Amino acid sequence: MIINLAYIVACVFFILGIKKLGKVKTARQGNFLSALGMLIAVIAVFCEKEVLGTWTTDWYQNGYLWCGLAIAVGSVIGIVWAKKVKMTGMPELVALFNGFGGLASLLLAFSEFLKNPTGEELVTSTATGLTILIGAITFTGSVLAWGKLSEKITGRAILFKGQKAINLFLLLVAVAGAAIYVIPGIDEGTKLIAVLALTAIALILGITVVLPIGGGDMPVVISLLNSFSGLAASMAGFIISNTVLIVAGCLVGASGVVLTLIMCKAMNRSIGNLLFSGFGATSSSKKGTGEEPKAIAVEDAYLILEAAASVVFIPGYGMAVAQAQHAVKELAARLEENGAEVSFAVHPVAGRMPGHMNVLLAEADIPYEQLKTMEEVNPTMPTQDVAIVVGANDVVNPAAETDTTSPIYGMPIIKAHEAKTVFVLKRGKGKGFSGIENELFTMKNNLMIYGDAKATITALASEFGSE
Amino acid sequence: MEIILLVFIFVIAAFLGVELISKVPSQLHTPLMSGTNAISGITIVGALAICAIQATGTLGMILSFLAIVFAAINVVGGYLITDRMLGMFTAKNDKKKEGKES
Repeated sequence: MIINLAYIVACVFFILGIKKLGKVKTARQGNFLSALGMLIAVIAVFCEKEVLGTWTTDWYQNGYLWCGLAIAVGSVIGIVWAKKVKMTGMPELVALFNGFGGLASLLLAFSEFLKNPTGEELVTSTATGLTILIGAITFTGSVLAWGKLSEKITGRAILFKGQKAINLFLLLVAVAGAAIYVIPGIDEGTKLIAVLALTAIALILGITVVLPIGGGDMPVVISLLNSFSGLAASMAGFIISNTVLIVAGCLVGASGVVLTLIMCKAMNRSIGNLLFSGFGATSSSKKGTGEEPKAIAVEDAYLILEAAASVVFIPGYGMAVAQAQHAVKELAARLEENGAEVSFAVHPVAGRMPGHMNVLLAEADIPYEQLKTMEEVNPTMPTQDVAIVVGANDVVNPAAETDTTSPIYGMPIIKAHEAKTVFVLKRGKGKGFSGIENELFTMKNNLMIYGDAKATITALASEFGSE
Repeated sequence: MEIILLVFIFVIAAFLGVELISKVPSQLHTPLMSGTNAISGITIVGALAICAIQATGTLGMILSFLAIVFAAINVVGGYLITDRMLGMFTAKNDKKKEGKES
């Protein structure tokens, strides 16, 4: 009774936590509340009557010892990773954590299967099958997303012939495997093979579903996989008839879907389009004008900046890679001393995760008032003297507005090309993460500054200092 | 009967989850994703229950042990990294307040 009350309290904390996470002011408090809810739920499960019964003096048989040890090991790994990771590496770590959540549900379900290989109880066996399916897809999908984001494997969309058909076929086979486990009267050996096949195929399915999605869409994919891992936890709740798992998992599952849709909207793409189109794999029919982009030296760029009355920074993933946010802040301060009006235009999907740039700019202590959303900044763009694109690419590609054959056509962009002068800071002459040519680079008002973004910006800032 | 009750809870929770997320400013998308990701580590509760009471045989024990380890990484790491992200917003807001007061 008391334990069930504790589960209710935990659920309330989760609900309040998610609610508060949606507002800037209360977000941190919300995160703390949901952590508290988790702590309550864990303590409560240790107090369950059946669990209490496992306390024995025989250390090998003592459930508490093993559970405590497992929690300690996991916590230490979690703490070290979360503390050690640089802010730029944060998106891929979230992906990896999410994969572990899915893996945990998968292992849990498999352990349940070993206990109940005949699958007599219809509800339990159905839930077990679904948990294995969803958990396995979440696991391999998230690990692949992690690999793509950390550039351990190519971020490009990988397409192969008949991909959709193969995915559908795999899904059907997996569901059939789950069905064999659930249907009564089939012998145990067949059921074992069916569940093993289900697990293997679901693991493969996670890979084949995420593989054709380009790196630029990874944020949305992670959000969707996050929703999946919640569903897996919820299904696991059905296995052991535990309400807190069902509620918390389902909350994450549902809110994750909504969040995914919000993100898709920011990119002006439908979820189906995102999952199946192989974004970035198709190439624009326009092969570019064939012109070489004009490059400019730091010294000359400085002269233009010195005369500028308004400057807008457009940060992208390149800024995160170069760790240039503090240098950007420095240059912004110098420009302001020089009398220029400085703002930062943040595209909703700039970087590898929504809000990625906001976090980095906040880390560099840039005042909140200077951060402008895309909607705020676009009407003022023609009056801006200089737009400095720091490692952004697709989010300033005018092809999204003009070229109907471009894969990013229709995505809202920051109209950097409307500024009087545009500087693009870039490591080299390559394409963007999504692999699309950017016609901004060859426009008349555009000047490239090649080199490491951080070094370039530091050099620009020191030009101001040397006066 | 009990299963109907559980399904009922599931459906209500789904609607609640949809309602909870409506207008979220884009800079909070990442922390929100990361924070709810930590909640999905709730599977640790299930893993604990299974490990302690229901696991059968050495293999079942090992599997549920690993399940707890991975879920704990998900939970602890997830909450910490969310807090780190949010800390950057908060630290800045505090400074702004100080600036106003002085």
